Amino acid sequence: MARLRISVPGVDTELLARDAAKLLPDATRRQFLRAGASLGALVFLTGCDIVDGRSAETALRVVSGFNDRVQAWLFDPNRLAPTYPESAITRPFRFNAYYREDEAPDVDEDTYRLLIDGLVDDRQPWTLDRLYALPQETQITRLVCVEGWSAIGKWTGTPLREFLRRIGADTRARYVHFTCAEGYSSSIDMATALHPQTQLTFKYDGEILPTKFGFPMRVRIPTKLGFKNPKHVIGLTVLNAYTGGYWEDRGYNWFSGL
Amino acid sequence: MPGAALGEGSVGRPAPLHPAYVRITHWINAVAILAMIGSGWEIYNASPLFRFEFPKSITLGGWLAGALLWHFAAMWLLVGNGLFYVLLGLASGRFRRKWLPLRPADFMRDLRAALTGRLAHGDLTVYNAVQKALYIGVMLAGLVSIASGLAIWKPVQLRGLAVVLGGYEAARLVHFFAMAAIVAFFAVHVVMAVIVPKTLRAIIVGR
Repeated sequence: MARLRISVPGVDTELLARDAAKLLPDATRRQFLRAGASLGALVFLTGCDIVDGRSAETALRVVSGFNDRVQAWLFDPNRLAPTYPESAITRPFRFNAYYREDEAPDVDEDTYRLLIDGLVDDRQPWTLDRLYALPQETQITRLVCVEGWSAIGKWTGTPLREFLRRIGADTRARYVHFTCAEGYSSSIDMATALHPQTQLTFKYDGEILPTKFGFPMRVRIPTKLGFKNPKHVIGLTVLNAYTGGYWEDRGYNWFSGL
Repeated sequence: MPGAALGEGSVGRPAPLHPAYVRITHWINAVAILAMIGSGWEIYNASPLFRFEFPKSITLGGWLAGALLWHFAAMWLLVGNGLFYVLLGLASGRFRRKWLPLRPADFMRDLRAALTGRLAHGDLTVYNAVQKALYIGVMLAGLVSIASGLAIWKPVQLRGLAVVLGGYEAARLVHFFAMAAIVAFFAVHVVMAVIVPKTLRAIIVGR
């Protein structure tokens, strides 16, 4: 394992720049269909209509929606993600976001409130003290990034299903949506929200979550890709309407289950 | 014989070298493989395993999300078409008839002949031993790429498969090398089609 890790680059400026470039967006994002002199051109030489932007994007997104349903069907609510010993933890654990590390939001712990909305009995906002008082569990699991690299870390917090029970959430609802202090958002299916390893996380590696890993609270979901593990979470909504998310709206597959 | 039902050896006209289902699935597969490899290279570039990246001009998708959309759409075409081809190939006996027997001694003899430019391609109905080995080899590489791809996609739901392949990170390497094997086959395959153009005609019109 140690040998393999060499090929996974650590945090460096070059990588950060590349991650930032990925964000550049709308123009770039539109361009994802432009095949140019690529293999794609070779493939679709005979189907000019197919490469013509919008219809291709629509078709690909329809397939992505189909893949959401296939993954929901494949998802076994009782199947646990592998857990690892302390010795397997990746050190140092990599910072990863669409902004630079020094741009991570500073959340004030005294004024912080977790806002609750949607199909729940109790919408009272949660202070950090009250959240910290919830029963907590620790997991050592692998975080798999949509980019392909992975890292093993140790997260401590409250199972989301326990939290949903306490706020009287309607667990027959389809989605749980999260909003974040920096403007990020993501949403997940209820089956994954109720998975025993899906966690409202307050600590990383035994310490209060540092800013770079999502202070004061992130959602850790070892059955989903990393971008579906939002940091600096300030809002939780239970609902039946599809709300997408920051990256999901930009083209990443919504379900993104592991 | 079962092949007759599938259009091989029908009475009157000589049987086509490649029955229609082989020709159709071949070209669908070509499109699917190119889409998988082109988008796979763009996905690789998001987090390279080695100290190189694929030039953007030969990748598909434009950026990571676009490439992933292509990859997870083309996979259905690849697997659906591939299943159809493999089931018919097994049921009709074509695989057995065309690819077996494959003897090491024949392989060494034909490999020597091929490398010295003396391997005959007069009779397209019979594959030489190097050809047989390459076709069997690329089928196995395809199977390994699908198995490792599933392990990377679903390391939790298909945990057992990921374990067999040595875990998530090892499965990424396996997936990469299976791709490399398929690309190597593709290069030889295209060069041979250029050197022996009647093989290209045969995979289009059947004879």
